Amino acid sequence: MADLSINFAGIRSPNPFWLASAPPSNSGAQVHRAFEAGWGGAVWKTIGAPVLNVSNRYGAWHYGNQKMLAINNVELISDRPLDLNLAEIRDVKRHWPDRAVIASAMVESTPEAWGDIVRRIEDTGADGIELNYGCPHGMSERGMGSAVGQVPEYCEQITRWVKSAASIPVIVKLTPNITSIVYPARAAVAAQADALSLINTINSIVGVDLDTFDITPNIGGKGGHGGYAGPAVKPIALNMLAALGVDEVVSRAGLPISGMGGMSTWKDAAEFLLLGATSLQVCTAVMHYGFRIVEDLCDGLSNWMDAHGFAAIADFRGKSLPRISDFKDFDLSFRAVARIDPAKCIRCDLCYVACNDTAHQCIDLIAADGSRVEPHTYDVRSNGKNDAIHTRPQPRVREEDCVGCRLCYNVCPVEHCIEMVELPPCQPSVTWDQLSKSQREVTESWDAMERYREEHGIHIH
Amino acid sequence: MSNTDRSAIRQPGLTELLPPLTEHEALVEANRCLYCYDAPCTHACPTHIDIPRFIKKIATGNLPGSARTILEANLLGATCARVCPVQELCEGACVLGAEHKPIMIGRLQRYAMDYAYSRNVPMFHAAAKTGMKIAVIGAGPAGLSCAGELAKLGHSATLFEKRPLGGGLSTYGIIVLREPVDIALAEVEMICRFGVELKTGVEIGRDVSFSALRSNYDAIFLSVGLGATPALGIPGEEYCIDGLEYIEQSKIDRDKLQVGRQVIVIGAGNTAIDCATIAKRMGAERVTMVYRRTEQEMTAYPHEYEFIKKEGVEFRFLTQPVKIVADAGNVAGLECVRTELGSVDLSGRPSPRLVPGSEFVIPADQIVKAIGQEKPSLAASLGIETQRGFIKVDDDYQTSMPGVYAGGDCIRSAGAASTVMAVEDGKLAAGAIHRRLTAAAVPAGVL
Repeated sequence: MADLSINFAGIRSPNPFWLASAPPSNSGAQVHRAFEAGWGGAVWKTIGAPVLNVSNRYGAWHYGNQKMLAINNVELISDRPLDLNLAEIRDVKRHWPDRAVIASAMVESTPEAWGDIVRRIEDTGADGIELNYGCPHGMSERGMGSAVGQVPEYCEQITRWVKSAASIPVIVKLTPNITSIVYPARAAVAAQADALSLINTINSIVGVDLDTFDITPNIGGKGGHGGYAGPAVKPIALNMLAALGVDEVVSRAGLPISGMGGMSTWKDAAEFLLLGATSLQVCTAVMHYGFRIVEDLCDGLSNWMDAHGFAAIADFRGKSLPRISDFKDFDLSFRAVARIDPAKCIRCDLCYVACNDTAHQCIDLIAADGSRVEPHTYDVRSNGKNDAIHTRPQPRVREEDCVGCRLCYNVCPVEHCIEMVELPPCQPSVTWDQLSKSQREVTESWDAMERYREEHGIHIH
Repeated sequence: MSNTDRSAIRQPGLTELLPPLTEHEALVEANRCLYCYDAPCTHACPTHIDIPRFIKKIATGNLPGSARTILEANLLGATCARVCPVQELCEGACVLGAEHKPIMIGRLQRYAMDYAYSRNVPMFHAAAKTGMKIAVIGAGPAGLSCAGELAKLGHSATLFEKRPLGGGLSTYGIIVLREPVDIALAEVEMICRFGVELKTGVEIGRDVSFSALRSNYDAIFLSVGLGATPALGIPGEEYCIDGLEYIEQSKIDRDKLQVGRQVIVIGAGNTAIDCATIAKRMGAERVTMVYRRTEQEMTAYPHEYEFIKKEGVEFRFLTQPVKIVADAGNVAGLECVRTELGSVDLSGRPSPRLVPGSEFVIPADQIVKAIGQEKPSLAASLGIETQRGFIKVDDDYQTSMPGVYAGGDCIRSAGAASTVMAVEDGKLAAGAIHRRLTAAAVPAGVL
């Protein structure tokens, strides 16, 4: 069994899985139960300024049979009294000394307000403070949350106030509702934050009611943007996490990063770790299935680490970051084609229609006698399962015309039926960057490009 | 038929077997469909309903569009959703069948059809009148399909039906477990609503002459089905009940239906299974199916055989009835002889040979025969060419008599007869009649 424990800017926890600051960590009773289930830590639901909440605060995006591919919310920070929250944080930490207990905070943007909340949090014995610069609704209208996270100067200023008051680690939580995640992260680095966390939720409107024309969810006839989270946002979170990992300023500072955003399974967790996260925060998956999911998060991650010979998280943390590259540095000679395994193929022909209508028209339908046939050409009087099954043609990739776009691979509903096969390059290894330096005209003129293609036998139909 | 009327002819034991899918079930199942391209289910369907399209429309919540997709290809979509042997057709060809459960296409089709019928969603309107008149003889699935398709093209189609109700076997011959009467009648009503005229209680040759039809109509479509159950040719046959009448009583005239305590059904086709089901469900203590060949040769669909075994019906294979034993005018049993299978006969199956001295009697107080149907008698009386007793048609469903077309069970000289094949016959014949009458191309979607 691999060692899942982590040390995050001095905050220790037996595994990397923390409840994100959100409804699951709203009260001491909930966090006690989460810790009983095995969670390594919890970032308390944000405490600070007084608020009132509304009903119908969660919307959701369902797709096909998948419920809650994403959730959207207009819930504010904790609406429970500040003193009650502080007392419960103290109680939880006293009961669970080995777990990470972090208080998330958000107050009015003054040094006094921040200094006061920092002192009160430190009094509880909490292991760290997370600064909520991410909440995109409600609080932002009052100059807090993402209103801070979207302005690097504000991030830096407030972080400095907090750092001057705090003795425990300070984590700056970043909003994704910004053109580049790098600038607020650099601001946090400049203010000597101890760690970063990302991503908070994304601005979203989840839908419109087609009978009443209300915004979904309908809040007394009104609705608006809310924070978007859940499985659908994971790729966005991974990209932002990697962006920090490869940023010179942020990566040189070496701040640990707590990764979050749509993480639902141990596989998601391993991906966040491979892209440089040290601790992991989960919310939507817990809101969907409860605290119990931490068991497989730990078990699956541990088994995967064992299979790869990783004894500890540090053995593979950030291991995939060096693979992150810009397009200009991709090897343009890399070549792969799709290959369909007829033994696994169920002949749904989704690859065929995807390729034929929207990609490169390089999948053929091959009849039993080896001839190429068109779809929809069976005799109208032919029927019955035997006719349908036995005369159904087999899709086959015309590899000489396949550009290896990978669309068919993605739409295929059968595991391992279509594989992308790497082929030897047909042209010299070169990147766009190299090309633009060595043969600039090729990158600027279509005529030069045509000549270059002719020279290297690059034919695109 | 109103809901009250419907409940009056329904009794416990003989009601539709499968419940309708709930909205949740339908959505989960519709979303499970892969939405195959040029899908094999559509190929396997004799009427080639665009199945992925109608299922996708259920998934997106477009139920009127889903129903229209079905009806564009098959005007008897509500009947077919219930009676089609989907295991042999669409569902049997589903790409998910090999490693998973195929999509419940039949039940999803029923879901879309139930939606359309329960809301009276208007689906089609008759096109501008062409002035052409077509007589359709027999208001079963083939006739309804043909008349409906002709009406969609603007022709005046008149259905002549000798029975009091339209619908043919859907109304009279499909066991209630699979299709209640009101479904079949609603379908007839729907087709009449877009311009087809239905004349019931009119028999050709009795109430109106065929020559009168030929002179008054521009074309004729024969969809007369088949006849009664043929004779067994054994002593005591007069005690035997015709299986089709047995089913008809169970649907239309429940009060007249008499079910014995020990019932024998002679035959092993789908109709025989329906008769056995009725007997078992209406209180028979013991129901035995008697068949002279084995389960390998029986013509019932495999899923029907599985069903009837679970109903608790017993089978006597390799058993040839030779005499009905009566006692004081009442059925006392069926005398049978054991058989052995010999060489392949004209039907392509091994012929049964009687085993001498193997006579035995199965006690019974009711004997139902379901051994097929008589060939259509109309053809011979009109001088139309036949093939193995069935009406012979060319590729355009035209008989040897110009302008006279035919489709449905009455032409099915080879292969299993089914409602959906009859619907397709009607549709294709309507296209051929239309081409003949207008010499114009048939709009896309009709064929």
